[in-house]
Amino acid sequence: MRDFPLIFERSVPGRRGFGLPESDVPAQPLEELVPPQALRRRPPALPEVSELDVVRHYTRLSHRNFSIDEGFYPLGSCTMKYNPKLHEELARLPGFARLHPYTPEELAQGALQLLWELGEELRELAGMDAVTFQPAAGAHGELVGLLVIRAYFASRGEKRTRVIVPDSAHGTNPATAAMVGYEVVTVRSDARGNLDLAALEQYLDERTAALMLTNPNTLGLFEEQVDRISERVHAVGAQMYLDGANFNAMVGITRPGDQGFDVMHMNLHKTFSTPHGGGGPGAGVVAVKSHLEPFLPVPVVVRDGDRYRLDFDRPQSVGRVRAFYGNFANLVRAYAYLRTLGAEGLRAVAEHAVLHANYLRVRLAPYYEIPYQRICKHEFVASGVRQKRRDGVTTRDIAKRLLDYGFHAPTVYFPLIVEEAIMIEPTETESLQTLDAFVDAMVAIDRECREDPEKVRTAPHTTAVGRLDEVRAARQLDLRWRPA
Amino acid sequence: MRYIPTTPGEREHMLRVIGVRSVADLFADVPDSVRLRRPLRLRPALSDPEVLRYLSSLADRNAHADRMTCFVGAGAYDHFVPPAVWQLVGRGEFLTAYTPYQAEIMQGELQATYEYQTMVCELLGMEVANASMYDGASALGEAAVMARDLTKRDRVVVSRAVHPEYRQVLRTYTEPLGIRVVELPHQAGTTPPNPRAVDRRTAAVVVQHPNFFGCLEDVRGWAEAAHRVGALLVVACSDPLAFGLLEPPGPLGADIVAAEGQPLGNPLNFGGPYLGIIATRQEFVRRMPGRLVGATVDRHGRRGFVLTLQTREQHIRREKATSNICTNEALNALAAAAYLSLLGPQGVRQVAELCLRKADYLKSRVAELPGFQLPFPAPTFHEFVVRAPRPAEALVRALSREGFLAGLPLGKFYRGMRDCLLVATTENRTREEMDRFVEALARACRRGRHVVGGRMG
Repeated sequence: MRDFPLIFERSVPGRRGFGLPESDVPAQPLEELVPPQALRRRPPALPEVSELDVVRHYTRLSHRNFSIDEGFYPLGSCTMKYNPKLHEELARLPGFARLHPYTPEELAQGALQLLWELGEELRELAGMDAVTFQPAAGAHGELVGLLVIRAYFASRGEKRTRVIVPDSAHGTNPATAAMVGYEVVTVRSDARGNLDLAALEQYLDERTAALMLTNPNTLGLFEEQVDRISERVHAVGAQMYLDGANFNAMVGITRPGDQGFDVMHMNLHKTFSTPHGGGGPGAGVVAVKSHLEPFLPVPVVVRDGDRYRLDFDRPQSVGRVRAFYGNFANLVRAYAYLRTLGAEGLRAVAEHAVLHANYLRVRLAPYYEIPYQRICKHEFVASGVRQKRRDGVTTRDIAKRLLDYGFHAPTVYFPLIVEEAIMIEPTETESLQTLDAFVDAMVAIDRECREDPEKVRTAPHTTAVGRLDEVRAARQLDLRWRPA
Repeated sequence: MRYIPTTPGEREHMLRVIGVRSVADLFADVPDSVRLRRPLRLRPALSDPEVLRYLSSLADRNAHADRMTCFVGAGAYDHFVPPAVWQLVGRGEFLTAYTPYQAEIMQGELQATYEYQTMVCELLGMEVANASMYDGASALGEAAVMARDLTKRDRVVVSRAVHPEYRQVLRTYTEPLGIRVVELPHQAGTTPPNPRAVDRRTAAVVVQHPNFFGCLEDVRGWAEAAHRVGALLVVACSDPLAFGLLEPPGPLGADIVAAEGQPLGNPLNFGGPYLGIIATRQEFVRRMPGRLVGATVDRHGRRGFVLTLQTREQHIRREKATSNICTNEALNALAAAAYLSLLGPQGVRQVAELCLRKADYLKSRVAELPGFQLPFPAPTFHEFVVRAPRPAEALVRALSREGFLAGLPLGKFYRGMRDCLLVATTENRTREEMDRFVEALARACRRGRHVVGGRMG
C-alpha cells in the first residue's frame, strides 16, 4: 500500500491556491524600500498547490483523525465531553473573532463585559475572590498560580523553597514547581488512594510554599481529608494550590475555596467544554482568594459603574505570562456554556459525570482489576495487570485493540502509582448505550486476551496505519520533510 | 438537561447497577464541612436562542476590524484569511480531537503537524520547529530559559525594541530562575550591534526582527557579536510573513526563533488563541520545550507519524522536564499550515510585498502632513512609528469616531513617546482607505490645534 502523500508531495511548480490583489500603490523598486542585503535569497520550499488540492488534503487528513464528534473518547484526566456547535458560531462572530486586542477599551465594552461576567460566574463556582484569564492552558495556569504564591511570600519577606506534590500528581505539577525555582517534594498516597496525611506532615514546615493537590485526585477519588489537609498546610503558613483538571466532578457540589484552597486553575477546555483542537488551544483561568489578588498578572478586568476596563496599575503583580489577555475565543465558548447550563445544569453535569464513571467502574470490575474499590468521582483507574500476568498482554495492547472497536483508548500508564494503569473518564455527555457498547468492547478484549492474545498484541488491525515504531522515531529523528 | 442524554429511567438503572440508592450516595466521600449547602448564585440559564442573542449583543458592542478600518498591529495583524482555512480546520475531526496520544487513529493531526513543522522551518530558515507554544511572547520566555540551559549562563540581553509585552513575559519566565535580564536601549528605533553589550556571562541576546517599531534590525551583526562570546542569538518576531520577502533569521545566524503565528491564518480574537512558534538548530532539539512530531514506520513498513522525544516532556521527566507545557495551540498551528499551503512560496512573497509597499505609501503620505514626523529613519516592513502634533491617545479617539483604528499609542510603553503612534498596514488595506485615513489624520490635527489654541487663548 502506498504511503499517504504529504502536501509537499502534491506540489507542482507554478500551481497556486490564492487570489491576492495586485498592488494599488505607486510601484517603487523594492531596493528603494529595503536594503538589498535584507531581501530573501532563496524562497521557502512551501507546497505549490491549488485550493482544491488543499481542501482535499486536509479533508482526507481529517478522515484519518479520531474525535469526539466521531466517537467515545474516554481519555482520563482530559474530560472529553461534547463541544456544542452553537459555541463555534458564537466564537466566530466578527465582534469577537475580528476584534483587535489593542482596540481602545471604550470600543471593546462588549468583550470586556463578557470577561467580567464570566469572571463573576467562575468566582462563584470556585468559591474564590478574583480571577485572571491570561493562562492559555492548565499548565500555564499552574505557572501563574505558583508565581502568585511566590510573590505573596516575597511580599511578606518570606523565602520558602519547597512545593509538595503527591505521587499521583500530573507531571505538569512538578515541572511547574521547577520552572518557578522550587524544590519538589513528593508525598505518597495511602492505601485508600488519598494523600497520606501522616507522610505529608513529615514534610510540612516553614520551608513549604505550597501543596499542589488535584481533587478529585488522578485516581478519580475525592480527597476525603481535604479539610484536614488544608488545615495542616495553613498551620505552617503554606498555600493550598488546586490543580483543577478534575473540576468537572464537583461543580455545584463542593467549592475549592470552601475546601481551603487559596489558588486554583480551571481548564476551560475540560470542565467548560471548549474544544480541545487536537492538542489545544485550551484556556486556563486562575482563581485566587483575596490575599493573593494583588499578585495576579496584569491586566485584570474591572468594572466601574456600567463601564468595564483593563487595570494595569497593579504594582505587586507578577507581570505577564503571555501577550494580551488570554485565549479569548475560548472564554466566549465557556461563557456560552455556563449561561446555557446555569446553576442547576452545572450541578447535573457533576452528578452525571460521576454517575457514568461509577457505572462503568462497576460493570468492568468483573473483568479488570480495579485497585481502589471505592465510589469514584468523574473517572476511575483500572489496571491491565490481570491480563498481563495471565495472558502476557499489556495495557498498551489493550488500548490499541480498543481502537479496532471504534473507541479512543483511555489514558494509559498514568497515574504512575498504578501498575498497567487504565484511566477511564466517560463524561456526562455520553449515553447509557455508548457506555454499554464500551463495556462490551472491553469484555470482548478481555476474552481475546485469553483466547487469541496475539491478536491483541499486534493491534490495531483496522486503522489507517498499524502499530507505529516509536523507538525508531526517537532514534532516527525525522522532524521535517526535506526537498529531494 | 441540556447536553446530558441520560433519562430519569436510565439514571435509576445505573444507580441500581452501582448498588446505591441515590446520586447523593455517590458523593458520600465529600466531607460535610466542605459541601456547598445552597444553590450556586449564577445568572439564570438561557435557552439556545437566548444565548445566541445575548452573546451576539455583546459582540455587537465591539469595534471590530470589519466595522473599522484597521491600522493597528503591534503583534496582532489584520491579514486576509482565506475562508478555506477555517472551513477545513474547523472540521469536527480536527476541532474535537485531543493530543494525538493514540497515533494510529490520529495520523491526520500528526501528519498535519509534521507538515506544519516543515513549513515553519522553511519560512524561518531554521532546522527544527516544534508543534506549537501558547503565543509569541511565551515562546520567547521559553526560548530564554532554553538558552540558559544550553549555555549554563544566566544573563539575557534584550533590546528595548522588542515588543514591550514580550519583554514583560521574558522577565516573568526568567526571574524565578535567577536569570538576569539586561535591557539595551534602542537608538532611533533600532538596536545597532554592540559587542560591549555581551560577554562570557551572556546566555542570549534577544532582538526582534522586524522590531516592535517595524524597523529592520541588523540580525547578522548581532549573531556575530553573540557568537564571538559563546552566547546564543534569539530572534523574536511578531509577523513571520515578513520572511516571505526578507531574509529569514536562520541564514542570518539565529540560534532560536520565537515568533507569533497569529498572522498565519489566525483570527484577531481579541488577543487569543494565537500561535507560539519556536524553532532552533538541530543540535539543540533535546533542550526544546513542547511537543514534536516525527516520522516513522508502522509494523508493515508504511510511513506514519508519532509524538517523539517525549523524554523531554513533563509527563515523563516531571521536575526535570524542559518545560511544563502540555496543551499547546495545535488547532492554530493547523490553521497556519493550511494558510501556508494555500499561499505557497509565491503567495507569502506577494503578501509580504503588498504589506511593505502599502506601508511605504502610507508612511510617505503621513510624513507629508503638517506637524507629523517619522522619528525613526531605519527601513521598515509593514509597520512604522509616526510622531503626531497632538497626543496619540487623543488622536486614536478622534480617528475612531471616523471609523479608523488608528494605531497603538506608544506613551503607555515608552517614556517620551506620548505623541507617537505605531501604525501598521497589511495587504487588506487599500489605497483608498489609506488616503481617507491620511485625510482624517489631518482633520483631527487641525481640530486638535484649534482646541489647544482655544485653551491657550
